Amino acid sequence: MIEVRRLTKQFGNHPAVDNISFTAEKGEILGFLGPNGAGKSTTMRMITGFFPPTSGTVIVGGSDILTQSLAARRKIGYLPENAPVYPDMTVSRYLDFCAEIRGFGGAAKRQRVGETLERCFLAGVRHQVVNTLSKGYKQRVCFAQSILHDPEYLILDEPTDGLDPNQKHEVRLMIREMSATKAIIFSTHILDEVDSVCSRAIIIADGKVVADDTPDGLRRRSISHGSVVLTVTGVATDGIQKRIAELDGVASVSVVDADGERTTLRIFPDDPAVPVADRVIASANQDGVRLTAIFVEQGRLDDVFRDITTDIRP
Amino acid sequence: MQSGNFLRNIWIIMKREFAGYFGSPVAYVFIVIFLLLTGFFTFYISHFFEAGQADLKGFFQWHPWLFMFLVPAVAMRLWAEERRLGTIELLLTMPVTVTDVVLGKFLAAWCFIGIALALTFPLVLTTMYLGRPDLGVIFCAYLGSFLMAGTFLSVGSMTSALTRSQVVSFILAVVACLFLILAGFAPVTAVLSGWAPMWLVDLVSSTSVLSHFASIARGVLDVRDLLYYLSVMVFMIFVNGVILQNRESA
Repeated sequence: MIEVRRLTKQFGNHPAVDNISFTAEKGEILGFLGPNGAGKSTTMRMITGFFPPTSGTVIVGGSDILTQSLAARRKIGYLPENAPVYPDMTVSRYLDFCAEIRGFGGAAKRQRVGETLERCFLAGVRHQVVNTLSKGYKQRVCFAQSILHDPEYLILDEPTDGLDPNQKHEVRLMIREMSATKAIIFSTHILDEVDSVCSRAIIIADGKVVADDTPDGLRRRSISHGSVVLTVTGVATDGIQKRIAELDGVASVSVVDADGERTTLRIFPDDPAVPVADRVIASANQDGVRLTAIFVEQGRLDDVFRDITTDIRP
Repeated sequence: MQSGNFLRNIWIIMKREFAGYFGSPVAYVFIVIFLLLTGFFTFYISHFFEAGQADLKGFFQWHPWLFMFLVPAVAMRLWAEERRLGTIELLLTMPVTVTDVVLGKFLAAWCFIGIALALTFPLVLTTMYLGRPDLGVIFCAYLGSFLMAGTFLSVGSMTSALTRSQVVSFILAVVACLFLILAGFAPVTAVLSGWAPMWLVDLVSSTSVLSHFASIARGVLDVRDLLYYLSVMVFMIFVNGVILQNRESA
C-alpha cells in the first residue's frame, strides 16, 4: 500500500502541494487528475523520493520514503513526465543499466531485460540508439524501465501523453494487465482514460484533493447524470415540451439542439435514481411524435472535472 | 549500506557514463582537440625540439591553461545535461544514494580525461628516443596534471549541478578555474605583496593550483600538494552532493 500522509510542498511562499493525503492499495489503479499546474507531478516526485516534501511523508509498502528511502525506492517503478531516456544509448544497453542498478546481474539480468523487451514490444529496436526512435518508442523504453524489476508500486506520470490512439490503447492494456498484483498511480488529463482504466480517481486542484471517488461516483456528481436525451423528427412544439415537463418525476426540459428536421431535448428528472425514460416515451407516443433516438445520460466526467476544479478558486 | 553495494553502484554508473561519452561525438572531439592543442603548444610555442632538453617541461607547463577550458567542457554536461533531458529524475529515484551517483559520474569523467592524458604517451617515447629523460619526474608531472584535471573537474561538476544550462555551467567553471590558477600566478601575487600582509599573500597563493602543480611537475611529490588537490576535490564533490540533495526542481 502507498500511503500519502499530509504531504506539503512549498515553492517559496506558494504551496504547490497543500496537505494531501490518500492511499492506494494493491489491485487498484488510481487515476490522478487535475488541471496543469495543480501539483500532480510535484506529488509524484515526492512519492518517488525525487525531492523531499516540506512536510508530511509517504509510506511505500511499509518503508518511509524519507527515512528508508532506498528500501522504498526499490519497490517503486517510476515513469516521469515526458519519459526521459539517455539519448546516446541503445535500448538494450539502457535497460541493462537499469537492471544492474536495480541489483540484477548475469543470467537474471539477461532474462529480465529480454522479457521486458518482449513485453513492451521493443525487441525489434533493441540495438537501436534511443535518439533515433520515435516518440512512441521512447515512451515505451521509459515504460519498460519502470516495470523491469516487477515493482509492487508503479507511479506513471502521464504515460500516454504524446502517443497516437493505438499506442495509447496498448499502454492502457498493459496498465490494466499489471494491476492485479500492483498498486498503480497514474496521472493524466485525458478523462476517457480514467473511465477505461481506473478503479478510482483523485482530482487535485491548487495542490488540494478536491475529489476522491470511483469514476462512476464522479460521474454521478454531474448535473446531467440521469437526464434523458430525446431526439424527435421535426419540430417539438411548446405543447409537447410542456406535457413532458409536467410528467411525474420530471424536473425540467430544455432544448439542446433544433435544426427544423430534428429536435433534441434534454429532460432532467427530479431524482437521477428514478428512471423517467418510459414515461417520456409514452407521452411522446400520445402526441404522435416520431422518436429517432433516446438515451439516459450517465453524466460526463469533463463536466464534473470542470465544475470541481474551477469551483475552488476564490 | 554495505561497501560492496556502494562500489558496485559507482561502477555501474561509471560504465553508463562511459557508454554516454563514447556513444556521442563528445569523447572523440575532446580527445582530438586535446591532443592537437598539446601538440601545438609543445612544438610551436615551447619549441620542444629546438630546446634540446630531454624533459617535458614545455609540454606540462601548458596543462593548467588547457585544462582550464577543456575540463569545464567535459564537466558542463555532467549534471546540466541530465537536468535538461529530465533523466536526472530517473537517476535519482533509482535505489542509489546521491553519493553513489556524484562519485560515479565524477570518476567516469576523471578517467576519461585520464585516457586523453595517457594518449600523449608518444611524447614520452620521443623524449626517451632522443635523450635520457628522468622518468620519475615525468611520472610525477603526469600525476600532478591528472590531479589538477580532477580538481578542475570537481569545480566544473559542482557548477554543472547549479544550472540546467551547459553554457552557464561552462562559464562559471572557467572563471572558477581561472581564479584557482591566477591566485598563484607571479604577477598577481606581486600585486598583492605590495600592500597585503605576508600571511595573506601566502594564503592566496596556496589556494592556487599553479603553485602546487609547479612543485609536482618538478618531480617533488609533497604530501601537502596531494592533500591540497584531494581536499579541493572532496570539498567540491561534497558541495555538489549538497546542491543536488537540496534542489527544488528537476
